[in-house]
Amino acid sequence: MDSPLRLIASNPVDRLARTVEALLVVASVPLSVGELAEAADDDPERVETALALLHERYFEGRSGIVLERVAGGYAFRASREAADACARLFERPVERGLSQAALETLAIVAYLGPCSRPEIARIRGVAADSAVASLVERGLIAEAGRESGPGGAVRYRTTALFERVFGLESLAALPRLDDLGADADELRDRLLEVASARAS
Amino acid sequence: MHPTPVRELELDLDAFEGPFDLLLTLLLKEAIEPREVDVAAIVLAFIERLAERDEVDLESCGEFLVLISALLELKARSLFPDEAAELDALEPEEAAEELARRLAEYRRMKEAAAWLVQRLASEHDRWFRLGPAPLAPRAERRLAAQDASALAVALRGLAAPPPNVSLSHMALRFPPVSQFVERFRSLLARRRRFDFDAEVGGFSRVEQAVAFLALLELRKSGEIALSQAAPFAPIRVSRADDERILTWTARSA
Repeated sequence: MDSPLRLIASNPVDRLARTVEALLVVASVPLSVGELAEAADDDPERVETALALLHERYFEGRSGIVLERVAGGYAFRASREAADACARLFERPVERGLSQAALETLAIVAYLGPCSRPEIARIRGVAADSAVASLVERGLIAEAGRESGPGGAVRYRTTALFERVFGLESLAALPRLDDLGADADELRDRLLEVASARAS
Repeated sequence: MHPTPVRELELDLDAFEGPFDLLLTLLLKEAIEPREVDVAAIVLAFIERLAERDEVDLESCGEFLVLISALLELKARSLFPDEAAELDALEPEEAAEELARRLAEYRRMKEAAAWLVQRLASEHDRWFRLGPAPLAPRAERRLAAQDASALAVALRGLAAPPPNVSLSHMALRFPPVSQFVERFRSLLARRRRFDFDAEVGGFSRVEQAVAFLALLELRKSGEIALSQAAPFAPIRVSRADDERILTWTARSA
């Protein structure tokens, strides 16, 4: 029988699992193993064991709450089967109405960040001011220092919220940039091909 | 893939007549001078073309913006002779390479944005608590052992009436600037140069300030020359003609 009694047994790791469970319930941001170990005043390796125990209990299909590894840490979320109910009660302000310009800007910051507005504008060919302001307001990107030299432009990077909204364990989970879009050689060949066809 | 309106865009400019992609190609091959191309007319032609369609083709708009900005950059470079060397150094092949590289970079980012859209759609049923991080507990303040009598002394200090604030500066009497102007004139009539700090050393701060104003007046009227070896060093005052002679001598030497 799958029994929650397992978590209230007197085994020390079970007790630690209850503490970790409590910490994750209180937190509104993903907590890393290090943060959990520090708060629980315990060993990181034992915290990982406790997380494995919690994972056995909180997974999709078994519980309304799911333990997930996201944005460099661990967090609870609602199970996907409860999504419709959640949607009737709650709003998703962070990702609602993201424009194409904002998404392109977000992609540039995610892949090339930290980068400045002039760098974003150079790639997109248009000013990125309003897209950047919108992404900062939503909490998807944040300031990350300035470019070197006097009067250097502010640079931006993506936040942990970005990784959480897009369900990424880290930025390394993004597809490789080389696998996206046409490559420069192909485009150049096409340009020259059109040139020779027109010239002849 | 059907051709986009950007490539098909027919242009009728003073310097060129034909499709947009041919114009770009001729520019890259340096068959047309960028400075002769009316960029605004191309933009107008594109907007007119867009207006003819019922829906806005964002992909074409994006491609057009990238191309037209590259064209503007080429034109701007050709209009500034100082930067012509850089443009001359760019072979047609290299220019095509640069344009293709920029287009590829932008397309990759568009693809990345499309991936984000797909990801968002697949994650739309993931709900989680959203909010600011809980506040960290306040650091405990540890005070050293306290002495009640020391506290009493500190409080007594606070309870003492504050010293009276002097208002003497409210009734300052400024001597006239002209007094010092005359004084310095007569001084320079007798001596070729003098040290300002030494002359006004015995005066009050207000008198020294007025004397300095007099010095500036004389300098403005060209009667004297001022020199100071370094900030806060003594100010040396000399006759203006004397300074000219010195300068002339220095140049001759």
